[in-house]
Amino acid sequence: MTSIDPTLARLDAMLLIRAYEQQLIAAASPSTPGTCTSVGQEACAVGVVGALGPQDKLLTNHRSAGHLLARGADPERLFAEVLGRATGYCGGHSGSLHISAKSLGVVLTSTIVGGGLSLAPGVALAQKLGAQPKGITAVFFGDGAACQGIFHEAVNLAATWGLPLLFVCENNQWQAYVHRRETMPGEFVSDWVQGHGLAVEVVDGNDVEAVHAAATQAVAAIRDDGRPRLLELMTYRQRGHFEPDDQAYVCAAEHAHWLARDPIRRQAERLGLSADGLALREAEVRGLIEHAYAAALTAPWPQVA
Amino acid sequence: MQTMTSQQALIAALHRAMAADERVIFLGEGVATKNPGLLAAFGAERVRNTPLAEASIVGCAVGAAAMGLRPVVDLLFSPFLMLAMDALVNSAGKLGALSGGQFDFPLVVLAQTGAGWSIGGQHNHNLEALFAHVPGLQVLMPSTPADTAGLLTGALGQPRPSLLFSDIGLAHAPGDVAGDELLLPGRAAVRRRGDALTLVGYGKTVSHCLTAAQTLQAEGVEAEVIDLRSLKPLDTAIVLASVRSTGRLLCVTEASGLCGLAAELCAVVGEQAWAHLKAPPQRLTGPDAPALASWPLEQAAVPQPEQIASRARALLQPLLV
Repeated sequence: MTSIDPTLARLDAMLLIRAYEQQLIAAASPSTPGTCTSVGQEACAVGVVGALGPQDKLLTNHRSAGHLLARGADPERLFAEVLGRATGYCGGHSGSLHISAKSLGVVLTSTIVGGGLSLAPGVALAQKLGAQPKGITAVFFGDGAACQGIFHEAVNLAATWGLPLLFVCENNQWQAYVHRRETMPGEFVSDWVQGHGLAVEVVDGNDVEAVHAAATQAVAAIRDDGRPRLLELMTYRQRGHFEPDDQAYVCAAEHAHWLARDPIRRQAERLGLSADGLALREAEVRGLIEHAYAAALTAPWPQVA
Repeated sequence: MQTMTSQQALIAALHRAMAADERVIFLGEGVATKNPGLLAAFGAERVRNTPLAEASIVGCAVGAAAMGLRPVVDLLFSPFLMLAMDALVNSAGKLGALSGGQFDFPLVVLAQTGAGWSIGGQHNHNLEALFAHVPGLQVLMPSTPADTAGLLTGALGQPRPSLLFSDIGLAHAPGDVAGDELLLPGRAAVRRRGDALTLVGYGKTVSHCLTAAQTLQAEGVEAEVIDLRSLKPLDTAIVLASVRSTGRLLCVTEASGLCGLAAELCAVVGEQAWAHLKAPPQRLTGPDAPALASWPLEQAAVPQPEQIASRARALLQPLLV
């Protein structure tokens, strides 16, 4: 998995996330903890996290595996956390839904929709006031969280106080079991924040190069003037809200439309990879993931205090 | 030693804390406007007026606390805390444990409550017990200016979030303040020694218990009076020691009774001091109703000294088996 070409490296990073989540999907059973996957949204994680520096902070949410893995999290320790084992990033105390990894700068994960939006301005304030090394904060949330009042409070506070905060909305069309069109008057969350004076950009969230370019530009702008920005990444949650989920409520035509725009397939096409070439890379990463999962399964349970 | 009100003592203690530790910041609706001394001394970066948006004020403070600052947030009145519950309960209260101990939350949230200003039920609501039920939070409610200063200083040094309630009814009551108070959460105080029964209160009911104890003294009854000061952690040891000596307990709160601090202390005493009890533990509490504004209606919802004395006399009667 040594890749020099950043375009290839981003493909591999997405393959890692896909393989990790497919392992959890395959293992889902009534006796294993369920998870919220981000299958189909890998380009958002890889494109944005790859634009951050080592001192930057990020806040993720219940759909966190992509953000964590893109930030360099060890798949074995992530699996261990999901399985409730002592070697997980939170000692098994979190499970899948609120995994933080402070050592990686992934802080204060809340599974409450909008919870991260409430906390992120404070993280950025700590950076601004020098309680943390100079850097920016990126907060990932969905179109569902954008419908929470706290989204507007957080944007207002960040804009008014001039906080170094990148709002990253993964508009994945689904808010738990409800389609976005039932809960929002328009297509875009970004339309709502322009009144706060926030610079926004809407990006094809299934094009990892486009996401990375937009994120790189936004991060540089925040570092330059210390003011918040918003990226809205138009993407699609290919799986259900929570594994397992039969997705009987999903429109087949829409689902097929987005599968055809799968971010991994598109990046492979961009690179001119043959089907065999892609399959080879998938197999390589799948072996790594299966090994990590098997190791996590043998990890010890936390001690009961 | 200086004489000052609780609010003055609070701001003086905050001034000392901000001078001693640059991580301490002060956030809230009008905190810079109303505290020009703090603003002049520490600047607008550390003394910050905020939007009228409690969820984001407290959320911001919780995030900042986890990242190394020590925020003090003035939310003004306790019912406003209801707008900040996700940040307080789900984030500050839980994310330390759920993250496997990766984060501390050294923040203090200030709120006023209680009868005394005829301000009505959406500014006056004694919600202390609700927060005592939340894992991870500390709940403090002092009755004197010195303890207010001491608990703010003590809470700021803690890794856990604290709610520091001030009783509106005590806002103008002066008291002696030395200026170096430090009081850690979890320590009650015996305000008056007595052997006949134990009266327990916090906030304004402490002084009401003391007034009742004066009345009872004239009748030859010596009541012990305990000021809880800290509701979580709760100093059950000092209450148990007193009840093991007196054999009788009357808990007096302005907050309503169901699932409240008085109920909790009666349960603790029932579990751990049963053999010492001479009568069933008793509660005297406010009603399960919103606080009304009109002065006589507002005061009628607070246990008054004569009611406390009356309940104490009943508690001292021989039990009819």
